[in-house]
Amino acid sequence: MTHYDVAIIGAGMSGLAAAIRLAHFGKKVCIFERHYVWGGLNSFYKQKGHHFDVGLHAVTNYVKPNYKGPRIPLQLIARQLRIPVDAFALRPQSYSQTVFESATLTWDNDIGRLREQVKEKFPDQIDGFVRLEEACASYPAALEERPFVSTRQKMNDFITDPLLVDMLMCPLLYYGSAVEGDVDFGQFITLFNSIYREGFGRPDKGVKHILNLLLARLKEVEGEMRPRCGVRELSVKDGRVSEIILDNDEVVTADVVISSAGWVETERLRSDKDSFALEAKEGQLGFVENIFVLDRSPKDLGLDATITFFNHSDRFQWKSPDPFVDLTSGVLCAPDNYQWEEAPREHQLRVTHLANWSKWFGLPADQYYSIKDDFIARSRQSVKQFVGDFEDCINYIDGFSPTTVTRFTGHINGAIYGSPEKQVTGKTELDNLFLCGTDQGMLGIVGAMVSGVTVANAYGMNS
Amino acid sequence: MTEVEVKELILGIISDIAPDEDVSDVDPEVRLRDQLDLDSMDFLDIVMELRKRHKIEVPEDDYMELSTLDGCVRYLTPKFEAQKGAA
Repeated sequence: MTHYDVAIIGAGMSGLAAAIRLAHFGKKVCIFERHYVWGGLNSFYKQKGHHFDVGLHAVTNYVKPNYKGPRIPLQLIARQLRIPVDAFALRPQSYSQTVFESATLTWDNDIGRLREQVKEKFPDQIDGFVRLEEACASYPAALEERPFVSTRQKMNDFITDPLLVDMLMCPLLYYGSAVEGDVDFGQFITLFNSIYREGFGRPDKGVKHILNLLLARLKEVEGEMRPRCGVRELSVKDGRVSEIILDNDEVVTADVVISSAGWVETERLRSDKDSFALEAKEGQLGFVENIFVLDRSPKDLGLDATITFFNHSDRFQWKSPDPFVDLTSGVLCAPDNYQWEEAPREHQLRVTHLANWSKWFGLPADQYYSIKDDFIARSRQSVKQFVGDFEDCINYIDGFSPTTVTRFTGHINGAIYGSPEKQVTGKTELDNLFLCGTDQGMLGIVGAMVSGVTVANAYGMNS
Repeated sequence: MTEVEVKELILGIISDIAPDEDVSDVDPEVRLRDQLDLDSMDFLDIVMELRKRHKIEVPEDDYMELSTLDGCVRYLTPKFEAQKGAA
């Protein structure tokens, strides 16, 4: 039976980062990944000659070339993984926009632009916005337990115009809230800094570039990764994981197990737990994303923004919708519209909406595809004001539904952002089982890597 | 190991951890974190690199000893000597 110092479940960003840290310091580490490619929620695939990133719109936490100031997350990752910031090769966004029925805010990687927009469009709210900026000045402490504080309530201290509250929250909820209608204020601060203060970037070759960097580092430090080798069960004895049973029936042991599979998902692997005990804690927010491969640049369709967060009314609803897909809001991403040195090899538009997972699961195949096609057409209509009717410019369409997410990542209900209850300390009931990734409360690619590194440092080094 | 060698070894570790920092004219008497962009996580990494590369253990209570380059030399040279003696 093979024994590891640390076994890691899942080769996503957080699992890879944790493994690199531990292997660098001489731990015998193995990542077990069920899928045949790595990357987890931020993976890549090829279909009919087209290259796709799974869900990546933007890498948040962009480090501006002339940045001076307290160390920010991507710099921390660079140090901890010994991968220079420049190696991530991120190109900045042009600008992004939040478009509601009666107002539009444009913003970019300099928060000053957003501040100016608030001042111009919501003059009586600018003092509150500046105070909010100050309140968000530093990230919440890592791994420290904190009670859930409602951002909706907390916002009353700063901003009184409900339209501005919704407009500021919309992009942050879309890029990281697992809680319906709200988000924990600690997490809000993290999102505010990651998105508004630091901003968006994207590597030239998409997410694969970052995954290749991580994999190369993992090899360098002699960490092991086993693809097509999922963990089926964690045998529990005396309050510890005693054995790890793999999909192929092989049994391995480890001093410490770090799981990036999600909190409820990990609890379900335990041999001693009623598998439905935590049903109420499951993530509820599913998404659909349609990726349109175009014969021309989105700029030729009139779209200059990198990311557009839109909401067709002035009240923003963040909840699992009643219909299959909520077309009243969404995110439109034009990867072409980063500040590239070289034009992208293929033009794409990505459109993301909230989706009701319970409707998508269990559909017979023929219905699934006809409903999917119907919503692809209607999704196209929902972004007409930004790109016109582009039906004739489409070369290829692909996308995902909540079902796809569950199939490839194991995340229950296709809930990309996991359970609404975050396990910020990374600890579980078991002495040697820890969580990293989405359900430890860190989001985005950089957040996931921070999570992996932090959890590895705290719990994996003494094994 | 001589004091000069210990100094070189520490600077080598620092430049591996913080490749973007210029360590060529570090003032040995001034706190390292006052002249280089090093935070507490980086100091932890220095300690961990010492353990990994040289089997030198630095207990948490002694971390303060490593705050300057001179401090590192004073604290670590006897440890390297003891290691040589044991071997």
